[in-house]
Amino acid sequence: MGSDEFLFLLAGLKWTVALSAVGFLGGGIAGLAVALARTSEMPLLERVTAGYIALFQGTPLLMQLFVVYYGLALIGLKLDAWVAVSIGFTLHASAYLGEIWRGSIEAVPKGQTEAAKALSLNYVSRMKDVILPQAIRISLPATIGFLVQLIKGTSLAAIVGFTELTRAGNIISNQIFAPLLVFGIVGVLYFIMCWPLSLYGARLERQFAATTR
Amino acid sequence: MNYKLDFTPVLDGLPSLLIACLGTFALALGGMVLAIIIGIGGVMLRDSRIAPVRWFIKSFVEVIRNTPFLVQIYFIYFALPLAGLRLDPTPTAIIALGINGGAYAIEIIRGGVQSIGKGQIEAGLALGLHKAQVFRLIVLKPALRAIFPSLTSQFVLLTLTTSIASAISAYELTSVAQQIETSSFRSFEVYGVVTVFYLVISWLMMRFFGMISTRYFSYPVK
Repeated sequence: MGSDEFLFLLAGLKWTVALSAVGFLGGGIAGLAVALARTSEMPLLERVTAGYIALFQGTPLLMQLFVVYYGLALIGLKLDAWVAVSIGFTLHASAYLGEIWRGSIEAVPKGQTEAAKALSLNYVSRMKDVILPQAIRISLPATIGFLVQLIKGTSLAAIVGFTELTRAGNIISNQIFAPLLVFGIVGVLYFIMCWPLSLYGARLERQFAATTR
Repeated sequence: MNYKLDFTPVLDGLPSLLIACLGTFALALGGMVLAIIIGIGGVMLRDSRIAPVRWFIKSFVEVIRNTPFLVQIYFIYFALPLAGLRLDPTPTAIIALGINGGAYAIEIIRGGVQSIGKGQIEAGLALGLHKAQVFRLIVLKPALRAIFPSLTSQFVLLTLTTSIASAISAYELTSVAQQIETSSFRSFEVYGVVTVFYLVISWLMMRFFGMISTRYFSYPVK
């Protein structure tokens, strides 16, 4: 494998990073909305978001990408593959992050909400200043764990036909007939992205377990 | 909007899609069995006296958990023939699923074993229980109970992951869906229906595991 091939892989890596970042940020914003709706104590809103989460957690990511990809084309939106795939990952991430953050919001002791209400804080202030800062801390290990899932998940964009790292590996491997070398390198590149995050998440989890004991 | 949904190709393909669910089921079951074997073996070897064995298990877990399944299945697909194993895509996919699930199973089972206090085992022995009885009643059952939720949700995840085996054209639901899609171009309809299939499959699995859990593990602690 020459330097040209390796540079092609790195160009694919760039798209993997971009896709992960967009999915995580977009999914984070939408996921916050999902988590707040899920804990809103409004039965209809809670049930709708519960169904939304169950739908994404009960189906393969690959199917979600396919349905979003072809569904967007169906309603007449002529989007770039890159935009369509990003929307797919954003929806996927919003459901998973919404569920993680729902759990964290509910893990904040009830007395905190009651105290905030007793101080006559309104909903926005109660969430923004009292509940969410504590919930974020609780959710951090799981959130980082999901980020690793998401980075690995972006490899499925390759099957939809978007050239990120895995598909770049596929193309190179077909060119130079060295699949083990190419996919070995591709695997190492993913590992370099994911492993530090996993270690960081595990460390946070240990710290958290130590402080709450 | 000038596109009309047309489900006829999906309806025509329904029998083959339903049979393909069995393929998905076979992949999932084979993957789970292999994952449990790797999981139990890995936990035993993880505390081995031989340092390189410990390192191997630990790096195996880290490597598998921090790389995408799609890359793993490609790698295994091309590596097995080099190792002298010429297998069809479907058994290859089962091996890949088992290896992937095994890494997660090692972590989950390890947590379960660690949850059993040493004092419990000593107490059991002091009461005159046989070593096998101690293992079955004091270690295995409570450990299984402790890991059951995370192990079964990992199994549901593994079942959903089988869809990625379509990348090496193993026989399962997604690859049959892709065949129908290429011949009919009704992509949205085909994948929409198959998504519902997966939803039903994972829902049934969760119900099944939930029933097992209430049947065997719903006894009070202390």
